[in-house]
Amino acid sequence: MADSILVIAEQREERLNRVSFETVAAAQAIAAETGWNVEAAVFGNGISAIAQELAGRKVARVYDIESPRLAKYEPDGTVAALKAFIQQKQPRLVLMPHTYQVRDFAPQLATALGRTLISDAIGFRKEGAKLIFTRQMFQGKFAADVSFACDPPHFATFQAGAFRGDKAEAGASAAPVETVNAEVPESVVRNKPEDPFKEAKQAVDLTQAEIIVSVGRGIKEQKNIELAKALADALGGELAASRPICDSGWLPMDRQIGSSGQTVSPKLYLAIGISGAIQHIVGMKGSRSVIAINKDAEAPIFEIADYGVVGNLFDIVPALTEEVKKAKA
Amino acid sequence: MKILVCMKQVPQKDAPLKLNESATWIRDDVSYEVNEPDAYALEEALRQKEKHGGEVVVITAGPARSQTVLREGLAKGADRAIHLEDAAFVGMDALNVAKVFVAAIKDEKFDLIFTGLQSDDYGFAQTGVIMAELLGWPHATIIMEIQKSDAGIRVKRELESGFFQHVTMPLPAVLTIQSGINKLRYATLLGIKQAKNKPLRKVALEEVRSAAGANLQKIEKLYLPQKSKKTEMLEGAPGEVAKKLVDKLRNDIRVI
Repeated sequence: MADSILVIAEQREERLNRVSFETVAAAQAIAAETGWNVEAAVFGNGISAIAQELAGRKVARVYDIESPRLAKYEPDGTVAALKAFIQQKQPRLVLMPHTYQVRDFAPQLATALGRTLISDAIGFRKEGAKLIFTRQMFQGKFAADVSFACDPPHFATFQAGAFRGDKAEAGASAAPVETVNAEVPESVVRNKPEDPFKEAKQAVDLTQAEIIVSVGRGIKEQKNIELAKALADALGGELAASRPICDSGWLPMDRQIGSSGQTVSPKLYLAIGISGAIQHIVGMKGSRSVIAINKDAEAPIFEIADYGVVGNLFDIVPALTEEVKKAKA
Repeated sequence: MKILVCMKQVPQKDAPLKLNESATWIRDDVSYEVNEPDAYALEEALRQKEKHGGEVVVITAGPARSQTVLREGLAKGADRAIHLEDAAFVGMDALNVAKVFVAAIKDEKFDLIFTGLQSDDYGFAQTGVIMAELLGWPHATIIMEIQKSDAGIRVKRELESGFFQHVTMPLPAVLTIQSGINKLRYATLLGIKQAKNKPLRKVALEEVRSAAGANLQKIEKLYLPQKSKKTEMLEGAPGEVAKKLVDKLRNDIRVI
Protein backbone atom coordinates (compact mmCIF):
# COMPACT_ATOMS: atom_id res chain seq x y z
CA MET A 1 0.00 0.00 0.00
CA ALA A 2 1.26 3.44 -0.89
CA ASP A 3 2.17 5.82 1.91
CA SER A 4 -0.57 8.24 2.72
CA ILE A 5 -1.06 11.59 4.38
CA LEU A 6 -4.24 11.81 6.41
CA VAL A 7 -5.74 15.28 6.91
CA ILE A 8 -8.06 15.45 9.90
CA ALA A 9 -10.41 18.31 9.11
CA GLU A 10 -12.28 20.25 11.77
CA GLN A 11 -16.00 20.85 11.95
CA ARG A 12 -17.83 22.70 14.66
CA GLU A 13 -21.58 22.96 14.96
CA GLU A 14 -21.79 20.99 11.72
CA ARG A 15 -19.83 23.55 9.72
CA LEU A 16 -16.42 22.93 8.22
CA ASN A 17 -13.77 25.13 9.78
CA ARG A 18 -12.21 26.85 6.72
CA VAL A 19 -8.74 26.45 8.20
CA SER A 20 -9.10 22.76 7.24
CA PHE A 21 -8.50 23.74 3.60
CA GLU A 22 -5.13 25.16 4.63
CA THR A 23 -4.24 21.73 6.01
CA VAL A 24 -5.39 20.12 2.74
CA ALA A 25 -3.15 22.57 0.86
CA ALA A 26 -0.23 21.64 3.16
CA ALA A 27 -0.86 17.93 2.54
CA GLN A 28 -1.01 18.48 -1.22
CA ALA A 29 2.28 20.39 -1.11
CA ILE A 30 3.96 17.58 0.87
CA ALA A 31 2.45 14.99 -1.48
CA ALA A 32 3.88 16.84 -4.47
CA GLU A 33 7.39 16.30 -3.06
CA THR A 34 7.00 12.82 -1.61
CA GLY A 35 4.58 11.14 -3.98
CA TRP A 36 2.39 10.12 -1.05
CA ASN A 37 -1.40 9.93 -1.30
CA VAL A 38 -3.61 12.52 0.36
CA GLU A 39 -6.71 11.38 2.21
CA ALA A 40 -8.98 13.40 4.47
CA ALA A 41 -11.17 12.56 7.42
CA VAL A 42 -13.77 14.48 9.37
CA PHE A 43 -15.51 13.30 12.52
CA GLY A 44 -18.89 14.06 14.06
CA ASN A 45 -22.50 12.98 13.94
CA GLY A 46 -24.54 13.40 10.76
CA ILE A 47 -21.87 15.33 8.90
CA SER A 48 -21.99 13.72 5.44
CA ALA A 49 -22.50 17.14 3.84
CA ILE A 50 -19.18 18.29 5.32
CA ALA A 51 -17.45 15.15 4.04
CA GLN A 52 -18.87 15.94 0.59
CA GLU A 53 -17.52 19.48 0.80
CA LEU A 54 -14.04 18.10 1.52
CA ALA A 55 -14.41 15.62 -1.34
CA GLY A 56 -14.42 18.54 -3.77
CA ARG A 57 -10.71 19.00 -3.16
CA LYS A 58 -8.05 16.90 -4.84
CA VAL A 59 -7.81 14.05 -2.33
CA ALA A 60 -7.84 10.30 -2.94
CA ARG A 61 -10.64 9.62 -0.47
CA VAL A 62 -12.64 11.22 2.32
CA TYR A 63 -13.59 9.31 5.46
CA ASP A 64 -16.73 10.42 7.26
CA ILE A 65 -16.17 9.16 10.81
CA GLU A 66 -19.55 9.01 12.49
CA SER A 67 -20.85 8.30 15.97
CA PRO A 68 -23.68 9.80 18.05
CA ARG A 69 -21.04 10.20 20.80
CA LEU A 70 -19.10 12.57 18.52
CA ALA A 71 -22.03 14.98 18.21
CA LYS A 72 -20.51 17.44 20.70
CA TYR A 73 -16.74 17.74 20.73
CA GLU A 74 -14.88 16.38 23.77
CA PRO A 75 -11.39 14.84 23.71
CA ASP A 76 -11.98 11.27 24.96
CA GLY A 77 -14.52 10.18 22.36
CA THR A 78 -12.53 11.96 19.66
CA VAL A 79 -9.33 10.15 20.61
CA ALA A 80 -11.08 6.76 20.89
CA ALA A 81 -12.53 7.14 17.38
CA LEU A 82 -9.38 8.53 15.74
CA LYS A 83 -7.00 6.14 17.48
CA ALA A 84 -8.88 3.09 16.18
CA PHE A 85 -9.12 4.62 12.71
CA ILE A 86 -5.42 5.49 12.52
CA GLN A 87 -4.39 2.07 13.86
CA GLN A 88 -6.37 0.49 11.07
CA LYS A 89 -5.27 2.81 8.22
CA GLN A 90 -1.63 3.32 9.30
CA PRO A 91 -1.07 6.62 7.51
CA ARG A 92 2.51 7.81 7.23
CA LEU A 93 1.64 11.33 8.30
CA VAL A 94 -1.39 12.81 10.07
CA LEU A 95 -1.92 16.55 9.58
CA MET A 96 -4.26 18.87 11.45
CA PRO A 97 -4.78 22.62 11.79
CA HIS A 98 -3.36 24.05 15.05
CA THR A 99 -6.76 25.12 16.39
CA TYR A 100 -7.87 25.25 20.03
CA GLN A 101 -9.87 22.06 19.45
CA VAL A 102 -6.89 20.21 17.97
CA ARG A 103 -4.66 21.43 20.80
CA ASP A 104 -7.17 19.84 23.16
CA PHE A 105 -7.01 16.31 21.71
CA ALA A 106 -3.98 15.91 19.40
CA PRO A 107 -1.31 15.48 22.14
CA GLN A 108 -3.57 12.87 23.79
CA LEU A 109 -4.04 11.07 20.46
CA ALA A 110 -0.32 10.99 19.64
CA THR A 111 0.52 9.81 23.17
CA ALA A 112 -2.18 7.12 23.09
CA LEU A 113 -0.48 5.78 19.97
CA GLY A 114 3.01 6.03 21.49
CA ARG A 115 3.99 8.76 19.07
CA THR A 116 4.85 12.45 19.09
CA LEU A 117 3.23 15.56 17.68
CA ILE A 118 5.15 18.39 16.03
CA SER A 119 2.81 21.23 16.93
CA ASP A 120 2.24 24.64 15.37
CA ALA A 121 4.48 24.10 12.32
CA ILE A 122 4.69 26.89 9.74
CA GLY A 123 6.31 25.00 6.86
CA PHE A 124 8.09 21.88 5.70
CA ARG A 125 11.09 20.88 3.59
CA LYS A 126 12.27 17.58 2.21
CA GLU A 127 15.95 16.82 2.78
CA GLY A 128 16.81 13.50 1.16
CA ALA A 129 14.41 10.99 2.64
CA LYS A 130 13.80 13.18 5.67
CA LEU A 131 10.82 15.43 6.11
CA ILE A 132 11.71 18.54 8.10
CA PHE A 133 9.09 20.73 9.73
CA THR A 134 9.69 24.37 10.53
CA ARG A 135 8.27 25.89 13.68
CA GLN A 136 8.73 29.08 15.63
CA MET A 137 10.44 29.06 19.00
CA PHE A 138 11.15 31.60 21.71
CA GLN A 139 8.04 33.55 20.76
CA GLY A 140 9.07 33.80 17.12
CA LYS A 141 12.60 35.06 17.82
CA PHE A 142 13.99 31.89 16.22
CA ALA A 143 12.81 29.34 13.70
CA ALA A 144 13.59 25.68 14.26
CA ASP A 145 13.95 22.74 11.88
CA VAL A 146 12.38 19.74 13.57
CA SER A 147 12.29 16.11 12.44
CA PHE A 148 10.63 12.93 13.68
CA ALA A 149 12.85 10.40 15.46
CA CYS A 150 10.28 7.61 15.71
CA ASP A 151 8.33 5.28 13.44
CA PRO A 152 5.22 6.54 11.65
CA PRO A 153 2.45 7.50 11.97
CA HIS A 154 3.85 11.00 12.44
CA PHE A 155 1.61 13.76 13.72
CA ALA A 156 1.90 17.46 12.91
CA THR A 157 -0.28 20.54 13.21
CA PHE A 158 0.05 23.66 11.06
CA GLN A 159 -0.40 27.21 12.29
CA ALA A 160 -3.36 29.11 10.82
CA GLY A 161 -2.19 31.05 7.79
CA ALA A 162 0.90 28.90 7.18
CA PHE A 163 -0.68 27.64 3.96
CA ARG A 164 -3.34 29.27 1.84
CA GLY A 165 -6.68 27.51 1.93
CA ASP A 166 -7.64 28.88 -1.48
CA LYS A 167 -4.58 27.12 -2.89
CA ALA A 168 -6.03 23.72 -1.95
CA GLU A 169 -6.43 22.14 -5.36
CA ALA A 170 -9.88 21.03 -6.45
CA GLY A 171 -10.26 17.53 -7.83
CA ALA A 172 -11.32 16.76 -11.43
CA SER A 173 -14.29 14.96 -9.92
CA ALA A 174 -15.51 14.51 -6.36
CA ALA A 175 -13.42 12.10 -4.31
CA PRO A 176 -15.17 8.98 -2.99
CA VAL A 177 -16.60 9.37 0.51
CA GLU A 178 -16.48 6.37 2.81
CA THR A 179 -18.59 6.34 5.97
CA VAL A 180 -16.83 4.89 9.00
CA ASN A 181 -19.02 4.00 11.97
CA ALA A 182 -16.78 4.62 14.95
CA GLU A 183 -17.05 2.59 18.13
CA VAL A 184 -17.02 5.02 21.00
CA PRO A 185 -17.83 3.19 24.25
CA GLU A 186 -19.71 5.36 26.74
CA SER A 187 -17.20 4.42 29.41
CA VAL A 188 -14.29 6.26 27.74
CA VAL A 189 -16.01 9.65 27.82
CA ARG A 190 -15.32 11.54 31.03
CA ASN A 191 -15.97 15.21 30.19
CA LYS A 192 -19.46 16.62 29.78
CA PRO A 193 -19.29 19.60 27.43
CA GLU A 194 -22.03 22.23 27.35
CA ASP A 195 -22.92 24.40 24.37
CA PRO A 196 -20.41 27.08 23.30
CA PHE A 197 -21.50 30.63 24.06
CA LYS A 198 -20.29 34.19 23.57
CA GLU A 199 -19.81 36.59 26.44
CA ALA A 200 -22.61 39.15 26.60
CA LYS A 201 -21.32 41.98 24.49
CA GLN A 202 -18.82 41.91 21.69
CA ALA A 203 -19.34 45.57 20.94
CA VAL A 204 -16.51 46.21 18.51
CA ASP A 205 -16.09 44.45 15.20
CA LEU A 206 -12.46 45.15 14.39
CA THR A 207 -12.59 42.95 11.28
CA GLN A 208 -14.32 45.80 9.44
CA ALA A 209 -11.79 48.50 10.41
CA GLU A 210 -9.57 49.94 7.66
CA ILE A 211 -7.07 51.38 10.10
CA ILE A 212 -6.07 49.77 13.40
CA VAL A 213 -3.72 51.26 15.98
CA SER A 214 -2.73 48.46 18.32
CA VAL A 215 -0.85 48.61 21.61
CA GLY A 216 1.23 46.05 23.47
CA ARG A 217 3.23 45.70 26.65
CA GLY A 218 5.60 48.51 25.62
CA ILE A 219 2.90 51.01 26.57
CA LYS A 220 3.84 50.28 30.21
CA GLU A 221 0.88 51.87 32.03
CA GLN A 222 -2.84 52.10 31.54
CA LYS A 223 -2.82 55.89 31.34
CA ASN A 224 -0.44 55.74 28.37
CA ILE A 225 -3.14 54.06 26.28
CA GLU A 226 -4.38 57.62 25.72
CA LEU A 227 -1.37 58.23 23.45
CA ALA A 228 -2.44 55.43 21.15
CA LYS A 229 -6.07 56.50 21.37
CA ALA A 230 -5.13 60.01 20.23
CA LEU A 231 -3.24 58.59 17.24
CA ALA A 232 -6.13 56.27 16.34
CA ASP A 233 -8.54 59.22 16.52
CA ALA A 234 -6.28 61.38 14.35
CA LEU A 235 -6.08 58.61 11.76
CA GLY A 236 -9.79 57.80 11.98
CA GLY A 237 -8.98 54.26 13.04
CA GLU A 238 -9.89 51.78 15.75
CA LEU A 239 -7.88 51.08 18.86
CA ALA A 240 -6.84 47.48 19.54
CA ALA A 241 -4.35 45.60 21.71
CA SER A 242 -2.36 42.46 22.25
CA ARG A 243 -3.51 39.96 24.85
CA PRO A 244 -1.52 41.17 27.91
CA ILE A 245 -3.15 44.61 27.67
CA CYS A 246 -6.65 43.10 27.76
CA ASP A 247 -5.63 40.62 30.47
CA SER A 248 -4.60 43.60 32.60
CA GLY A 249 -8.01 45.14 31.99
CA TRP A 250 -6.54 48.24 30.33
CA LEU A 251 -8.73 47.68 27.29
CA PRO A 252 -11.82 45.47 26.98
CA MET A 253 -11.37 41.91 25.71
CA ASP A 254 -13.28 42.68 22.51
CA ARG A 255 -10.37 44.86 21.36
CA GLN A 256 -7.92 41.99 21.49
CA ILE A 257 -6.13 40.89 18.30
CA GLY A 258 -4.65 37.40 18.04
CA SER A 259 -5.42 33.72 18.27
CA SER A 260 -7.72 34.19 21.24
CA GLY A 261 -9.16 37.47 19.96
CA GLN A 262 -10.10 38.84 16.56
CA THR A 263 -8.35 38.19 13.26
CA VAL A 264 -8.04 41.34 11.18
CA SER A 265 -6.71 42.42 7.79
CA PRO A 266 -6.95 46.22 7.65
CA LYS A 267 -5.29 48.55 5.15
CA LEU A 268 -3.02 49.75 7.93
CA TYR A 269 -2.00 48.01 11.14
CA LEU A 270 0.09 50.27 13.33
CA ALA A 271 1.71 48.24 16.11
CA ILE A 272 2.90 50.27 19.09
CA GLY A 273 5.09 48.55 21.67
CA ILE A 274 4.06 45.11 20.42
CA SER A 275 6.87 42.56 20.33
CA GLY A 276 5.00 40.24 17.98
CA ALA A 277 4.45 36.94 19.80
CA ILE A 278 3.10 34.24 17.51
CA GLN A 279 -0.32 34.35 19.13
CA HIS A 280 -0.59 38.03 18.19
CA ILE A 281 0.89 37.71 14.69
CA VAL A 282 -1.66 35.10 13.58
CA GLY A 283 -4.37 37.67 14.22
CA MET A 284 -2.94 40.46 12.07
CA LYS A 285 -0.48 39.10 9.52
CA GLY A 286 -3.06 39.45 6.76
CA SER A 287 -2.92 43.25 7.11
CA ARG A 288 -2.15 45.10 3.87
CA SER A 289 0.48 47.34 5.50
CA VAL A 290 2.13 47.07 8.88
CA ILE A 291 4.01 49.82 10.68
CA ALA A 292 5.81 48.79 13.86
CA ILE A 293 7.19 51.08 16.55
CA ASN A 294 9.25 49.28 19.19
CA LYS A 295 12.30 49.96 21.34
CA ASP A 296 13.73 46.50 20.68
CA ALA A 297 15.30 46.19 17.20
CA GLU A 298 15.14 42.38 17.53
CA ALA A 299 11.38 42.28 18.18
CA PRO A 300 9.72 39.69 15.89
CA ILE A 301 7.09 42.25 14.85
CA PHE A 302 9.74 43.76 12.55
CA GLU A 303 9.84 40.45 10.62
CA ILE A 304 6.44 41.19 9.20
CA ALA A 305 6.43 45.00 9.24
CA ASP A 306 6.59 47.03 6.02
CA TYR A 307 7.90 50.03 7.91
CA GLY A 308 9.74 49.91 11.19
CA VAL A 309 10.82 52.48 13.73
CA VAL A 310 13.19 51.49 16.52
CA GLY A 311 12.84 53.98 19.31
CA ASN A 312 10.93 55.34 22.26
CA LEU A 313 7.22 55.18 21.55
CA PHE A 314 6.54 57.86 24.16
CA ASP A 315 8.41 60.37 21.94
CA ILE A 316 7.42 59.02 18.54
CA VAL A 317 3.69 58.45 18.97
CA PRO A 318 2.78 61.99 20.12
CA ALA A 319 4.96 63.45 17.33
CA LEU A 320 3.23 61.22 14.80
CA THR A 321 -0.21 62.21 16.08
CA GLU A 322 0.69 65.88 15.60
CA GLU A 323 2.00 65.29 12.07
CA VAL A 324 -1.10 63.31 11.11
CA LYS A 325 -3.34 66.12 12.40
CA LYS A 326 -1.32 68.67 10.43
CA ALA A 327 -1.47 66.56 7.27
CA LYS A 328 -5.22 66.16 7.57
CA ALA A 329 -5.93 69.81 8.42
CA MET B 1 -7.89 20.13 47.14
CA LYS B 2 -4.34 19.09 46.52
CA ILE B 3 -3.00 20.82 43.44
CA LEU B 4 0.28 20.39 41.55
CA VAL B 5 1.40 23.33 39.43
CA CYS B 6 3.94 22.62 36.66
CA MET B 7 6.15 25.64 36.16
CA LYS B 8 8.93 26.48 33.79
CA GLN B 9 11.74 28.97 33.68
CA VAL B 10 12.07 30.71 30.32
CA PRO B 11 14.20 33.60 29.00
CA GLN B 12 12.86 37.02 29.93
CA LYS B 13 10.49 38.44 27.34
CA ASP B 14 12.74 41.17 26.00
CA ALA B 15 16.07 39.45 26.68
CA PRO B 16 18.28 39.43 23.58
CA LEU B 17 18.95 35.76 22.75
CA LYS B 18 22.00 34.26 21.08
CA LEU B 19 22.36 30.77 19.64
CA ASN B 20 24.84 28.26 21.04
CA GLU B 21 27.71 27.02 18.85
CA SER B 22 25.84 24.02 17.50
CA ALA B 23 22.75 26.22 16.86
CA THR B 24 20.53 23.72 18.66
CA TRP B 25 19.62 25.92 21.63
CA ILE B 26 20.23 29.38 23.00
CA ARG B 27 23.24 30.45 25.03
CA ASP B 28 22.51 30.17 28.71
CA ASP B 29 23.83 33.59 29.73
CA VAL B 30 20.50 35.42 29.67
CA SER B 31 18.02 36.57 32.30
CA TYR B 32 15.21 34.18 33.08
CA GLU B 33 11.69 34.50 34.43
CA VAL B 34 8.62 32.37 35.11
CA ASN B 35 6.78 31.31 31.98
CA GLU B 36 3.83 33.71 32.05
CA PRO B 37 0.90 31.26 31.71
CA ASP B 38 2.47 29.18 34.52
CA ALA B 39 2.33 32.22 36.80
CA TYR B 40 -1.42 32.38 36.16
CA ALA B 41 -1.68 28.62 36.79
CA LEU B 42 0.00 29.09 40.18
CA GLU B 43 -2.23 32.03 41.04
CA GLU B 44 -5.32 29.98 40.22
CA ALA B 45 -4.09 27.10 42.38
CA LEU B 46 -3.53 29.47 45.32
CA ARG B 47 -7.02 30.90 44.90
CA GLN B 48 -8.57 27.42 44.80
CA LYS B 49 -6.71 26.53 47.97
CA GLU B 50 -7.92 29.72 49.66
CA LYS B 51 -11.51 28.77 48.76
CA HIS B 52 -11.46 25.05 49.41
CA GLY B 53 -8.40 24.37 51.54
CA GLY B 54 -5.75 21.82 50.66
CA GLU B 55 -2.22 22.08 49.43
CA VAL B 56 -0.36 23.66 46.50
CA VAL B 57 2.83 22.03 45.27
CA VAL B 58 5.04 23.56 42.57
CA ILE B 59 7.25 21.45 40.31
CA THR B 60 9.85 22.32 37.69
CA ALA B 61 12.54 20.55 35.65
CA GLY B 62 15.78 22.29 34.78
CA PRO B 63 19.25 23.24 36.02
CA ALA B 64 20.01 24.85 39.40
CA ARG B 65 18.99 28.32 38.17
CA SER B 66 15.39 27.17 37.70
CA GLN B 67 15.00 26.81 41.47
CA THR B 68 14.20 30.56 41.41
CA VAL B 69 10.83 29.71 39.87
CA LEU B 70 10.02 27.39 42.78
CA ARG B 71 11.22 29.89 45.39
CA GLU B 72 8.95 32.51 43.84
CA GLY B 73 6.07 30.04 43.96
CA LEU B 74 6.74 29.26 47.60
CA ALA B 75 7.01 32.96 48.42
CA LYS B 76 3.59 33.56 46.85
CA GLY B 77 2.02 30.84 48.96
CA ALA B 78 2.77 27.37 47.59
CA ASP B 79 3.34 24.84 50.41
CA ARG B 80 6.22 22.87 48.99
CA ALA B 81 8.27 22.34 45.86
CA ILE B 82 9.75 19.55 43.73
CA HIS B 83 12.81 20.28 41.63
CA LEU B 84 13.91 17.85 38.93
CA GLU B 85 17.36 19.30 38.83
CA ASP B 86 19.48 18.72 35.75
CA ALA B 87 20.34 20.71 32.64
CA ALA B 88 19.40 17.63 30.59
CA PHE B 89 15.68 18.24 31.27
CA VAL B 90 15.82 21.40 29.15
CA GLY B 91 16.45 19.36 26.00
CA MET B 92 13.59 16.93 26.55
CA ASP B 93 10.57 16.90 24.24
CA ALA B 94 7.09 17.34 25.70
CA LEU B 95 6.47 13.58 26.01
CA ASN B 96 9.64 13.05 28.05
CA VAL B 97 9.02 16.05 30.29
CA ALA B 98 5.52 14.72 30.97
CA LYS B 99 6.96 11.27 31.70
CA VAL B 100 9.56 12.51 34.21
CA PHE B 101 6.98 14.72 35.96
CA VAL B 102 4.63 11.74 36.28
CA ALA B 103 7.50 9.60 37.59
CA ALA B 104 8.46 12.25 40.15
CA ILE B 105 4.94 12.39 41.63
CA LYS B 106 4.14 8.67 41.58
CA ASP B 107 3.81 8.49 45.37
CA GLU B 108 1.59 11.58 45.61
CA LYS B 109 -2.19 11.88 45.36
CA PHE B 110 -3.17 15.10 43.64
CA ASP B 111 -6.74 16.14 42.82
CA LEU B 112 -5.66 18.57 40.13
CA ILE B 113 -2.59 19.28 38.03
CA PHE B 114 -2.29 22.72 36.44
CA THR B 115 0.06 23.77 33.67
CA GLY B 116 0.23 27.02 31.75
CA LEU B 117 -1.34 26.61 28.33
CA GLN B 118 2.05 26.76 26.60
CA SER B 119 5.63 27.80 27.15
CA ASP B 120 7.38 30.85 25.77
CA ASP B 121 10.43 28.85 24.66
CA TYR B 122 9.28 25.66 22.91
CA GLY B 123 5.62 26.63 22.62
CA PHE B 124 4.51 23.00 22.32
CA ALA B 125 1.21 23.48 24.19
CA GLN B 126 1.25 19.75 24.91
CA THR B 127 2.84 18.80 28.25
CA GLY B 128 -0.32 19.02 30.37
CA VAL B 129 -2.47 17.02 27.95
CA ILE B 130 0.22 14.35 27.64
CA MET B 131 0.48 14.09 31.44
CA ALA B 132 -3.27 13.50 31.61
CA GLU B 133 -3.02 10.68 29.08
CA LEU B 134 -0.06 9.09 30.90
CA LEU B 135 -1.93 9.27 34.22
CA GLY B 136 -5.21 8.12 32.70
CA TRP B 137 -6.91 11.32 33.90
CA PRO B 138 -9.34 13.57 32.03
CA HIS B 139 -8.15 17.00 30.97
CA ALA B 140 -9.40 20.31 29.64
CA THR B 141 -7.35 23.03 27.96
CA ILE B 142 -7.21 26.84 27.86
CA ILE B 143 -9.18 27.29 31.07
CA MET B 144 -10.58 30.65 32.16
CA GLU B 145 -12.60 29.63 35.24
CA ILE B 146 -12.78 26.72 37.69
CA GLN B 147 -15.70 25.91 40.00
CA LYS B 148 -15.98 22.98 42.32
CA SER B 149 -19.07 20.88 41.65
CA ASP B 150 -20.64 17.90 43.40
CA ALA B 151 -18.99 15.27 41.28
CA GLY B 152 -15.79 17.14 40.41
CA ILE B 153 -15.30 20.47 38.70
CA ARG B 154 -17.00 22.68 36.15
CA VAL B 155 -14.53 24.67 34.06
CA LYS B 156 -14.83 27.39 31.44
CA ARG B 157 -12.77 26.69 28.33
CA GLU B 158 -11.82 29.43 25.94
CA LEU B 159 -12.62 28.58 22.32
CA GLU B 160 -11.69 30.63 19.29
CA SER B 161 -13.38 33.79 17.97
CA GLY B 162 -14.67 34.95 21.34
CA PHE B 163 -16.54 31.75 22.21
CA PHE B 164 -16.41 29.91 25.53
CA GLN B 165 -17.73 26.60 26.77
CA HIS B 166 -18.41 25.05 30.15
CA VAL B 167 -17.25 21.48 30.73
CA THR B 168 -18.03 19.32 33.76
CA MET B 169 -15.46 16.69 34.64
CA PRO B 170 -14.51 14.32 37.45
CA LEU B 171 -11.35 14.55 39.56
CA PRO B 172 -8.46 13.95 39.45
CA ALA B 173 -7.88 15.97 36.29
CA VAL B 174 -5.32 18.05 34.42
CA LEU B 175 -6.10 21.62 33.35
CA THR B 176 -4.04 23.93 31.16
CA ILE B 177 -4.55 27.50 32.30
CA GLN B 178 -4.92 30.54 30.05
CA SER B 179 -3.13 33.81 30.82
CA GLY B 180 -5.49 36.40 32.25
CA ILE B 181 -7.71 33.94 34.18
CA ASN B 182 -7.03 36.01 37.30
CA LYS B 183 -4.93 38.88 38.61
CA LEU B 184 -1.44 37.89 39.71
CA ARG B 185 -0.37 38.60 43.27
CA TYR B 186 3.04 39.78 44.37
CA ALA B 187 5.06 37.89 46.92
CA THR B 188 5.09 39.65 50.29
CA LEU B 189 8.25 40.17 52.32
CA LEU B 190 6.90 37.75 54.89
CA GLY B 191 6.17 35.25 52.14
CA ILE B 192 9.70 35.50 50.80
CA LYS B 193 11.05 34.94 54.31
CA GLN B 194 8.79 31.96 54.96
CA ALA B 195 9.65 30.42 51.59
CA LYS B 196 13.17 29.75 52.81
CA ASN B 197 11.87 27.24 55.35
CA LYS B 198 9.38 25.47 53.11
CA PRO B 199 10.26 21.96 51.92
CA LEU B 200 11.90 21.60 48.51
CA ARG B 201 12.47 18.05 47.31
CA LYS B 202 15.22 17.58 44.75
CA VAL B 203 14.90 14.80 42.22
CA ALA B 204 18.04 13.81 40.35
CA LEU B 205 18.00 12.81 36.70
CA GLU B 206 19.00 9.28 37.74
CA GLU B 207 15.81 8.82 39.73
CA VAL B 208 13.53 9.45 36.75
CA ARG B 209 15.76 8.60 33.80
CA SER B 210 14.22 5.16 33.35
CA ALA B 211 10.79 6.76 32.89
CA ALA B 212 12.00 8.80 29.91
CA GLY B 213 13.16 7.50 26.56
CA ALA B 214 14.91 9.02 23.58
CA ASN B 215 13.19 12.15 22.26
CA LEU B 216 10.67 11.25 19.54
CA GLN B 217 11.22 14.58 17.84
CA LYS B 218 14.48 16.31 17.26
CA ILE B 219 15.51 19.92 16.82
CA GLU B 220 17.93 19.83 13.88
CA LYS B 221 18.84 23.46 14.17
CA LEU B 222 17.68 26.89 15.24
CA TYR B 223 18.17 29.99 13.10
CA LEU B 224 16.90 33.51 12.68
CA PRO B 225 13.56 33.48 10.87
CA GLN B 226 13.63 34.39 7.22
CA LYS B 227 11.85 37.62 6.65
CA SER B 228 8.69 37.28 4.66
CA LYS B 229 8.62 41.00 4.03
CA LYS B 230 11.18 43.64 3.30
CA THR B 231 11.07 46.09 6.16
CA GLU B 232 12.02 49.69 5.52
CA MET B 233 13.47 51.08 8.73
CA LEU B 234 12.84 54.77 9.31
CA GLU B 235 15.39 56.63 11.37
CA GLY B 236 15.87 60.06 12.87
CA ALA B 237 14.64 62.21 15.72
CA PRO B 238 10.98 61.65 16.71
CA GLY B 239 9.81 64.67 14.71
CA GLU B 240 11.66 63.54 11.59
CA VAL B 241 10.44 59.97 11.89
CA ALA B 242 6.89 61.25 12.31
CA LYS B 243 7.21 63.27 9.07
CA LYS B 244 8.60 60.23 7.23
CA LEU B 245 5.76 58.06 8.52
CA VAL B 246 3.12 60.58 7.42
CA ASP B 247 4.73 60.57 3.98
CA LYS B 248 4.33 56.77 3.85
CA LEU B 249 0.78 56.99 5.16
CA ARG B 250 -0.10 59.49 2.46
CA ASN B 251 1.79 58.23 -0.58
CA ASP B 252 2.34 54.49 -0.12
CA ILE B 253 -0.27 53.16 2.29
CA ARG B 254 -2.76 55.85 1.19
CA VAL B 255 -4.79 56.19 4.31
CA ILE B 256 -4.42 59.98 4.63
